[in-house]
Amino acid sequence: MATQLQRPTDKRVLLMGTCLCDAFYDDTAKATVEVLEHLGVSVEFPDNQTCCGQPAFNSGDWAASRKVARHCARVFAGDLPVIVPSGSCAAMNFHGNILQFEENPDKAIDSLANRTWEVMDFIYNGLGIKKWTGKFESPTRIAFHRSCHSRGTGSGEATLKLLESIGNVTVTPFGQDEQCCGFGGTFSVTFPHISGRMGSLKLDNILETEPDILVSGDMSCLMHLSGLAITQGRPVKHLHAIQILRNSLS
Amino acid sequence: MIGIQPIDQYARDISDEKQASVIDGSSKGTDKRYTVLHKDYPDPDALRKLAASIKDHTLHYLQDYLAKAEQSLTANGVNVHYAATDEDARQTILSILRSHEVTQLTKSKSMAAEEIHLNPFLLENGVECLESDLGEFIIQLDGDEPSHIVKPIIHLNRRDIAKTFLREGITDQYNDDPETITRQARVHLRQKYMQAQACITGANFVCADTGRFALVTNEGNSRFGMAPVPVHIALIGIEKIIPEEKDLAVFLNLLGRSATGQQLTVYTEFITGPRSKNQPDGPEHVHVVFLDNGRTDVLASNCKEILRCIRCGACQNVCPVYRQASGHAYRSTYGGPVGAVLSPILFGSRFPELADLPKASSLCGACNEVCPVDIPIPDLLLRLRDKAKRESIPSAGAIPMSPFATLATSPSLWRTAMTMSKAMNHLPIQVAPIKPLQDWLGQRTLPDSHGGDFRKWMKTRKEKGQV
Repeated sequence: MATQLQRPTDKRVLLMGTCLCDAFYDDTAKATVEVLEHLGVSVEFPDNQTCCGQPAFNSGDWAASRKVARHCARVFAGDLPVIVPSGSCAAMNFHGNILQFEENPDKAIDSLANRTWEVMDFIYNGLGIKKWTGKFESPTRIAFHRSCHSRGTGSGEATLKLLESIGNVTVTPFGQDEQCCGFGGTFSVTFPHISGRMGSLKLDNILETEPDILVSGDMSCLMHLSGLAITQGRPVKHLHAIQILRNSLS
Repeated sequence: MIGIQPIDQYARDISDEKQASVIDGSSKGTDKRYTVLHKDYPDPDALRKLAASIKDHTLHYLQDYLAKAEQSLTANGVNVHYAATDEDARQTILSILRSHEVTQLTKSKSMAAEEIHLNPFLLENGVECLESDLGEFIIQLDGDEPSHIVKPIIHLNRRDIAKTFLREGITDQYNDDPETITRQARVHLRQKYMQAQACITGANFVCADTGRFALVTNEGNSRFGMAPVPVHIALIGIEKIIPEEKDLAVFLNLLGRSATGQQLTVYTEFITGPRSKNQPDGPEHVHVVFLDNGRTDVLASNCKEILRCIRCGACQNVCPVYRQASGHAYRSTYGGPVGAVLSPILFGSRFPELADLPKASSLCGACNEVCPVDIPIPDLLLRLRDKAKRESIPSAGAIPMSPFATLATSPSLWRTAMTMSKAMNHLPIQVAPIKPLQDWLGQRTLPDSHGGDFRKWMKTRKEKGQV
């Protein structure tokens, strides 16, 4: 993962809602807005946004993914920070895009890369909020799945530290936490067997610790894991880390 | 066409026993590496980055360092040969062996030798070549292929090996106690060492400044192999050069820890040249064969970072896809993440045939995280996916992406599609005649669509003046 540049922080931000929140997880996007507003940040949602382009990029169809990336860079043009409730989509903006434009660098693409923050990273490292003042009513055990696209970024540590600082929350470690959940977007479609096995192993490790809630910074991992868990008859309550921050406030 | 990828199919067909061996062996490798590396170094990442920069520097000036290494080796009395292709390497080795009238030799573990399929070639040409590394010896008895760079028999368990030893007459009684198995092999191999007329090894590092080359093993087999024979041939990839002996401090410390979780391998040999007059044993003739076999092409490609690889196997151990599929799934000498990058480009003409390998990854990045020379493997896999698409190589895993790009660049169409996706909640989509969708939904329960709900919520808030 490339080293991220010094990115600007501001009290006004643009929200990149992600296609998964657009289609399935509206509450994660709402929680992002609510938490940021709670911190005094005003959030704008450019209505023409669609997707970061990652499905085409990971499939190797860079002609297609560059088109989507250019659209995305246009929609989020300007100098405001772009906040994303997904380590994966954020990494697409600041890493994947640089890779697919390496032969023909593009100023708009670079600008988007330099302004993009995964939301937990933004709160912890951007806004400098090192402790979360929220509290849960009863003791809550959280299993935190560090999503793979946040490797090498500040997001993992930021999320862990913020979760741990919530009253009544215990983050319970589980085995082989460096292992991927097996989603990988189109990977789960073209490698269904391996993807399913990886997910089941991840669930075995997580469920062994009997968490109350499975938490991640990526709804894609959670969609895959909870989808497997339900089909396997062992459903697990799952939430995005930003939902945990929001829920601990009420 | 959308279909099942060969590696996924392989993982589906693999026996539970073989898979259990691979998962067990590789998970342990990952845990040991982590413990030892982090115990000894407060900031292993700094060391990985230093190693990467030394390798990058060397690769940038590879021709210069090769010339320097040749000069140093020659001054030490070593005969230096260059092999542009695998065929060149095989012929060079055969002609050295013929000039010394060698018909029997031992060979320590060498991935370069695997890469050029040296054993079957020598056998065809009347030279008996015995593998002296225990794992490789078992592979040879089985007529199998190594499935891991460092642990060639990671896919076998002790019962498999005990059966092989009984079948091949290494012992006349089945015994699957690991220590007993090792003793049986030892008795067999000891005789062979004494009968051999030459030994072949690889090398882990060649120091350009002094021409000394380093060889690491845990069994001492290369040492045994070299001691009694007059001829030593080392087959070495040209990327194994490092500038100076002092660089060994970085690489040897990283290699053992990354490969097997050892601070240092049990044996680390430094070979300077043929035996001197004062030495009681050791080869009188030492030949180094530098192997290119596509490496120069890789160096000129946009995946040149893969040549930093020091063959520790840490990326294989940690890779969840490798763990499920085993090294054999990669249909090449090098399996796992490093193989998924190296195999399609090292054997250039095989790119179309191996273009599916770079797709066998969820791009989780664990391989990069453990790599002792910080190879950005996920980036290289992505570049190779792009290459396959640009070269229009048909692949089972290609999902057509232009409809997606059209949708994702047409905001009003996108918004409509999001709202419409709610209809899916009332449709039995799992019976749609699309095989991958059926497979996906067969294993997973899709959440209900809330398409467009967040946009509506934002809009309502705006209208109410809440923001």
